[in-house]
Amino acid sequence: MLNFLWAGMIIIGVMYAAFTGNIAEVTNAALDSSKEAITLCLTMLGVMSFWMGLMEIATKAGIVGALSRFLRPVVRFMFPNIPKRHKANEHITTNLIANILGLGWAATPAGLQAMEALGQLEEERGNDRSIASDEMCTFLIVNISSLQLININIIAYRSQYGSVNPTRIVGAGIVATIVSTIVGCLYCKMKNRGVRR
Amino acid sequence: MNTNLFVYISDFIVPSVIILIVAYGVLEKVKVYDEFVKGAKKGFSTVIKIMPTLVGLMVAVGILRASGFLEFLSGQIGKVTDYIGFPSQLVPLSIVRLFSASAATGLVLDIFKEYGTDSRIGLIASIMMCCTETVFYTMSVYFMAAKVKKTRYTLTGALLATVAGIVASVWLAGRILL
Repeated sequence: MLNFLWAGMIIIGVMYAAFTGNIAEVTNAALDSSKEAITLCLTMLGVMSFWMGLMEIATKAGIVGALSRFLRPVVRFMFPNIPKRHKANEHITTNLIANILGLGWAATPAGLQAMEALGQLEEERGNDRSIASDEMCTFLIVNISSLQLININIIAYRSQYGSVNPTRIVGAGIVATIVSTIVGCLYCKMKNRGVRR
Repeated sequence: MNTNLFVYISDFIVPSVIILIVAYGVLEKVKVYDEFVKGAKKGFSTVIKIMPTLVGLMVAVGILRASGFLEFLSGQIGKVTDYIGFPSQLVPLSIVRLFSASAATGLVLDIFKEYGTDSRIGLIASIMMCCTETVFYTMSVYFMAAKVKKTRYTLTGALLATVAGIVASVWLAGRILL
């Protein structure tokens, strides 16, 4: 995907520049942008080291376990048809918490395990597991609606590009995330209420 | 007044998270500083890993910007989006965001440079990045791993949530604009 996107951007850019007489600027843009990427990474090195350090403490202190108690009723509400003792519940909870905390590296493995467990659940139900179940659709929609509460990258970028208050958007970001997640959940609830296949 | 309160809360969130985590760690008898350093190393190597990606994408976006194509595209799209009050400069970002997080980052940085981080457009872009995800990437990774072929209503739901997030971003940016 990215290969096409990247090649497309460069090819369109250079061709458009050639036709509009901006070709001289292309060289400068390429050189400046590459330098700028490195300057930006210097800021990112600081911010990400700090934030990941903090998250390491949280992980070691068992914050994922502590938070999953709060999340359990939510998971039950969103996935009422998963048997209570099924391991899918646990993977889903871990994935959601990792997403909320912005621990992408922990979220993906748990998410893949959750999908696998949901696939097994379909087999147990005697359904074709190559067709997404209601649970799979819901799980992915909730995931894609973005759960991350604090996007530290954006704060770092804002600080690098001279924002007077880089964290100004944090509250708004949380509200927007909640809005998108609620809309996603409502849609799933609406879809899942229909006749089962 | 309302606006100020909102920003005021934002100012408190990151410091609150910091103290909560450190205090909780101390209570749970974690060697907080040792763990911090361990995590910081991970963060450091993560950034080093994404560095080449960022160079590649920022160069691509830089070329696209310098060629005048981004302006041309926004101008064309703006004829439509101006009716609904959505800044046309954010249309390329909204679309790219569905496919690639890093390419979207390249566009956001370009927006910060062109219009400023605290302009209306800069704020909307910031909030949008917080409340949206790479729809197509996530779907393909998860469904491919689970060997699912028919994805039913996932895409519709995901796009609906994304649109809701974008609408909310536009509205919220207006609330916290200086």
